[in-house]
Amino acid sequence: MAKTIKIRAKAKNGITVVKALITHPMETGMRKNKKTGKLIPAHFIQEVVCKHNGKEVINCEWAGSVSKNPYLAFKFEGGKKDDAIELAWKDNTGNGDSISAKIR
Amino acid sequence: MSLNEKRRVFLKGSLAVGALGAAAGMLTPGAVLAAWNKNAFTAKSVDEAIAASNGNPVTTPSKDITIKAPDIAENGAVVPVSVVTKMKGVDSITLLVEKNSTPLSAIFHLPKGTLPDVSTRVKMGKTGDVIAVVKANGKLYSARKGVKVTIGGCGG
Repeated sequence: MAKTIKIRAKAKNGITVVKALITHPMETGMRKNKKTGKLIPAHFIQEVVCKHNGKEVINCEWAGSVSKNPYLAFKFEGGKKDDAIELAWKDNTGNGDSISAKIR
Repeated sequence: MSLNEKRRVFLKGSLAVGALGAAAGMLTPGAVLAAWNKNAFTAKSVDEAIAASNGNPVTTPSKDITIKAPDIAENGAVVPVSVVTKMKGVDSITLLVEKNSTPLSAIFHLPKGTLPDVSTRVKMGKTGDVIAVVKANGKLYSARKGVKVTIGGCGG
C-alpha cells in the first residue's frame, strides 16, 4: 500500500519539519449527490499518527471539515538524516494506510 | 383522548425514537476507533466542542497564538490554516471553524518535543472565524482569525 501518502521530512538545526499529503475524499456526510439528491455517506480520516524512530511525534483527530486530500505539516525537536519516519491514517470506515520514510 | 393529548403522545414517541437513533449512531464509529472523540466532533456549537474536546469551554484569549489563514478565501473547500505559538508545554492544539455546522475540525496532540506549529487545510461553509485553542500546562488559551469566504466549501 502506501500509495495514498506522500511524505517529506527534513532535519535542519536540530528541528525536523514534516510535510505530508494524503489522498482521500474527506466526505462530511452532509453533502448531497446532485443527480439523485441523496446524501453522500460520510467518509473521512479520523486519526493520523506520525512516529519518529518508533516514538509518537504527533497524533491528530480530524473531522470531515478537513479539506479533501488533506495536508499536514508540523515540526519536532531532534531527528537527523536517515532516521525512520512513519505515518499512518485511519478513516471512519476502518480503512487506513501507512508509509515509512527516511528523514532527509 | 382529546386531539391535544394525542398530539402530546405522538411527540413523546417521536422524541424517544430520535434519541434512540442518536444512541445507535454513536456506537458504530466508536467500535472502529476508540480514540476518536465522537462527542466533540458532533457538537453543534463552538463552546460545546471545546468543552467536549478539552474538558472546559472557558478559554483565555492570548496574543501569543498566531493563526495564519487568508483574509479572503476564494474557495471555502480549501482554506490553508497554520497555528503557531511561542508558549511552552503545549499538549494539544484544537482547530475550530465557527460557522460550520459541526465546528470542531481537528485536534493535534503534541507529545513533548513536538513544536506547537501545525498546518493543515480546512473547509469553511461561510464567512466566519477560525478558532485555535491551545492547551498549555493544563490551561486553555484561544485565538481567532476572521476569514471571508466567497464560495462555500460545504454542500457543493
